[in-house]
Amino acid sequence: MKKQPAEWQLLLYIAGQTPKSIKALSNIKKYAEIHLEGKYSIEIIDLLERPQLAEGDQILAVPTLVRRFPEPIRKIIGDLSNEERVLVGLNIKPLK
Amino acid sequence: MQKIKPSKPQNENFQFPKTPTGVDGLDEITEGGFPKGRPTLICGGAGCGKTLLSMQFLIKGITEYGENGVFMSFEEPSKDLSLNVKSLGFDLDKLKAEKKLVVDYVRVERSEIEETGEYDLDGLFIRLNHAIDSVNAKRVVLDTIESLFAGLDNQAILRAELRRLFHWLKEKGVTAIITGERGEATLTRQGLEEYVSDCVIILDHRVIEQVSTRRLRIIKYRGSTHGTNEYPFLIDEAGISVLPITSLKLDNEVSSEVVSSGVPGLDHMFLGGGFYRGSNILVSGTAGTAKTTIGAYFASEQCRKKEKTVLFAFEESPQQLIRNMMSIGIDLGKYVKQGLLQIHSSRPSLNGLELHLLTLSKLIKEFKPTTVILDPISNLITVGNDNEVRSMLVRLIDMLKANNITAMFTSLNKQTDNFRPDLAEESVSSLVDTWITVRDMEGIGERNRGIFIVKSRGMGHSNQVREFLIGSKGIELLDVEFGPEGILTGAARRSSQIQRKVKELKLQNDLDRKDREIDRKRKVLEANIEALKNEFESVVEELGILKATEELQSKITTENVFKTKKK
Repeated sequence: MKKQPAEWQLLLYIAGQTPKSIKALSNIKKYAEIHLEGKYSIEIIDLLERPQLAEGDQILAVPTLVRRFPEPIRKIIGDLSNEERVLVGLNIKPLK
Repeated sequence: MQKIKPSKPQNENFQFPKTPTGVDGLDEITEGGFPKGRPTLICGGAGCGKTLLSMQFLIKGITEYGENGVFMSFEEPSKDLSLNVKSLGFDLDKLKAEKKLVVDYVRVERSEIEETGEYDLDGLFIRLNHAIDSVNAKRVVLDTIESLFAGLDNQAILRAELRRLFHWLKEKGVTAIITGERGEATLTRQGLEEYVSDCVIILDHRVIEQVSTRRLRIIKYRGSTHGTNEYPFLIDEAGISVLPITSLKLDNEVSSEVVSSGVPGLDHMFLGGGFYRGSNILVSGTAGTAKTTIGAYFASEQCRKKEKTVLFAFEESPQQLIRNMMSIGIDLGKYVKQGLLQIHSSRPSLNGLELHLLTLSKLIKEFKPTTVILDPISNLITVGNDNEVRSMLVRLIDMLKANNITAMFTSLNKQTDNFRPDLAEESVSSLVDTWITVRDMEGIGERNRGIFIVKSRGMGHSNQVREFLIGSKGIELLDVEFGPEGILTGAARRSSQIQRKVKELKLQNDLDRKDREIDRKRKVLEANIEALKNEFESVVEELGILKATEELQSKITTENVFKTKKK
């Protein structure tokens, strides 16, 4: 069993509390709990409140999940309902 | 009875609100600029100048119209853009520092993105909104939004969001430019023209006979009339300029002032003594007939009167021209030094016709000459076919007339045996006001040059072919010499002149001889009169003596008779 690298840094960019954003948040929490064994942090950035942050991570779509750490940066857009694609996108080896 | 209500008269003074484009000439074609508060689509192939045009729109908007702008680039990162447009004098960094311009690079990297489920492009909206609000922009450029299609898979979402985006832009009230790549069957590869259909402009870059020209065409413009033709445009060190479309109506002002041609004797062939100011003159002739010289004379004369002149030479360099004219006594160099004369030389094949026209129009704006000479215009035909050259000349003449500039064109034409001009000349000649032809007249064993006026609008002119010489003192029009079959030139004229002189001399001699004869006769008669007088006197004397003798005899006889009687 390969050990996951330390402390994943995940950012979820949303534009206000929309159904998609809520769904995405609940989804990523679920996946992270299952596959990252707690070694993660999820930060929620609301672009409506802080629009200038969109530029930094090149955010186009909403919701977007950005894996800041470990490198390289990966972005997943959508409500994250497709678990397999999320895991592939984040390059997480499923632990279950 | 039903009364028919008259329909409300249309509001003639309504002007569709427009935003000036900042591109020379484009404002004229669009009659004011792009539609205000609406998106305009600019499509074209690679390297057509879409990014440049949109960049110029933004920058001129800031510098000339005080409207801040946002440039959202989907292709080039900010730094590359700044560098690319720096050579045109657009300093993006300075404008960004002054908070008048925002350049945002949106990177859509397919490998980085994974699409999982439903999403929307609110991120883009927010970014755009934030950028617009941060500088209070009125102008926005999205270049080129088709890159999104390369990065994101879900076309349905993408198209729906684009529709929403353009709607949002309209609501925001910004004048936007959207650029798109030319598509095969559609105007843009991704069919953006479905969403952006208020104003569509297409840019084109084609190569004709090894010379490249750029064209621009307005395909549609909702709400306004516009020029519908293809207009050539140029990219030079100041950005994009579309060629000036001067008044398409012919209503320029005219002047009745007459300017001298500079050639002694040529002015006299015109009833008014020269050319009208603001008119155009075509000097055509076969090779070696002094057309350039006449042009130089004209230039020199205008400069002498302190009028600014531009001479476009398409065959000789300025130095060569000055040297050649010096040999016949015209000093163009001194006028160049005084700043009255500018000589521009370029091979016509070096640039397209439009570049020449643009150079000329720029020069006219900066230097403001009153006289322009193009020598010759005939080899512009090498850079385009007859139609194109003619249309360029029409525009050129329009521009010159609008500025009341007197223009002289020289043109080389093929050698023909008679004085009739060939077809190419005729098509150009109908555009000009005055047409002077210089011809080689081949006599017996020699060629002489003759000049004559074919037409002169608005001014009477001589119909004679005057022979002229070019010597170290310049052009000299010779007096007209008539022979039994018309005007004589060259050796024929000289021989006729000699004959005439001989005749005159003979006549003089004859008269002298007759005078002498009269003298002689008079002398003879006078001598006769003398002789007769003398005779008369001697006869009178003789008779007198006789008379005296007889009187004496009779007296003596009477005395003797008396004496005898007395004894």
